[in-house]
Amino acid sequence: MLCFFALLVSGIEIVISHPRFYWGEAGNVLTPPLFKLPIPASRSSVSTGYGFVLPDQNGWSRYLHFQSAWVAVLTGLLYAIYGVFTGHFRKNLLPDDLSWRALAKDIANHLRFARPGEAEACSYNVLQRLTYLLVIFVLFPLVIWTGLAMSPAIASVFPSAVAVLGGQQSARTIHFFDSIFLLLFLLVHVVMVCVSGFRS
Amino acid sequence: MSNLSRRKLITTGIAATAGASGLAVAAGLARRYGLIPPDGGGIYGAGETLTYAAQRLLTSHSMAREFSRSQISKTPFANDVAPMDEAFKRLQAGAFAGWRLAVDGMVARPGSFALADLKSYPSSSHITHLACEEGWSYIAEWTGVPLSHVLDKVGVLPQAKYFVYFSQQKGWWDSVDMADALHPQTLLTYGLNGGELPVGNGGPLRMRVPRQLGYKSVKYITRLTVTDSLKTFGKGLGSAAPEDGYAWYAGI
Repeated sequence: MLCFFALLVSGIEIVISHPRFYWGEAGNVLTPPLFKLPIPASRSSVSTGYGFVLPDQNGWSRYLHFQSAWVAVLTGLLYAIYGVFTGHFRKNLLPDDLSWRALAKDIANHLRFARPGEAEACSYNVLQRLTYLLVIFVLFPLVIWTGLAMSPAIASVFPSAVAVLGGQQSARTIHFFDSIFLLLFLLVHVVMVCVSGFRS
Repeated sequence: MSNLSRRKLITTGIAATAGASGLAVAAGLARRYGLIPPDGGGIYGAGETLTYAAQRLLTSHSMAREFSRSQISKTPFANDVAPMDEAFKRLQAGAFAGWRLAVDGMVARPGSFALADLKSYPSSSHITHLACEEGWSYIAEWTGVPLSHVLDKVGVLPQAKYFVYFSQQKGWWDSVDMADALHPQTLLTYGLNGGELPVGNGGPLRMRVPRQLGYKSVKYITRLTVTDSLKTFGKGLGSAAPEDGYAWYAGI
């Protein structure tokens, strides 16, 4: 969680350097953006409509971002190895009843804030399982992949890893949205834990 | 604490010791193979060392992606630089005929090259992607003389490890290691998209290191110093970049 917070804060700082997003390989202030963030920038070369420029904190932000990324990736790797070896993923995260009815029931229960029964409270329901699987096996790896795809060095070793995403700027845009999804997951996750009580 | 068995303590102890000694071995190996970057100290040193070491090892034979002519950006954005001084303006007025690249340091035959000399050497062109750390990018065709060719001419001494390059603009300098200096795509460029390299994009002479972010591709190169240690340059962190808070190694 600490890592994610560090990545988030430094990530926001990095975005402020150029709060414009593009698609494809190239994009700069002279090309039309996919969209712009309505925030001031930390560089005068980006016209944001605000009359001022934020202080440039990109240096330490990038150092922190990549150092936290290493911790997150190494920890994630250990977790993944642990998960496979202990059967944690198979037992606790693979949905046992993967049907539309089960999923609809879970979504309805969540929306109704229905308190789970004894048996249910001890294991993850279908909605939870699918969400965890999505985060662990899709969103998290994707945010790493798109992050690395922005690296000229990595791109020189694995050019297809960038091409498949649509280019360096596409990777950047996907990375931005992926991190927003991960943040949303974290917020909902924390709220759910608070609502259901830490002890259970 | 009541659940902490002796077995768990011993296992954790062994794991921790193994981890610590593994790290010490890794650090030692990194130092021996020159995989510790000059800005590898401080609180971000560990992360920076991991990044540089991992990417250096991965990119030992890699080539920056090259694109087709149709993918060249219509707008090779030129970032703001400090205003040009009188010396530069005078050289510019003379169509940069007086521009010189001085090469010194650990070389057998230090010398000075005029722009015309550099243009007379076998040139190389590549259509590559330039990404700025700010987040923007463009694709352009860069033409110049491979740095390795110039280094051949001056005869790099065997103990050399790093190549420091200086801009005509005061205080702007950077450096690369041997792997990047000798890389076939590392050019001293004087041409962009088939024409003269515009001053905004670094003309008359710009270092081009396509496997790293744009800030390593320093503009207005006037001097190159070959060395075995970056400690004696500036604050000893490898380039002006760490002195401004940015990483020396800009592969990512």
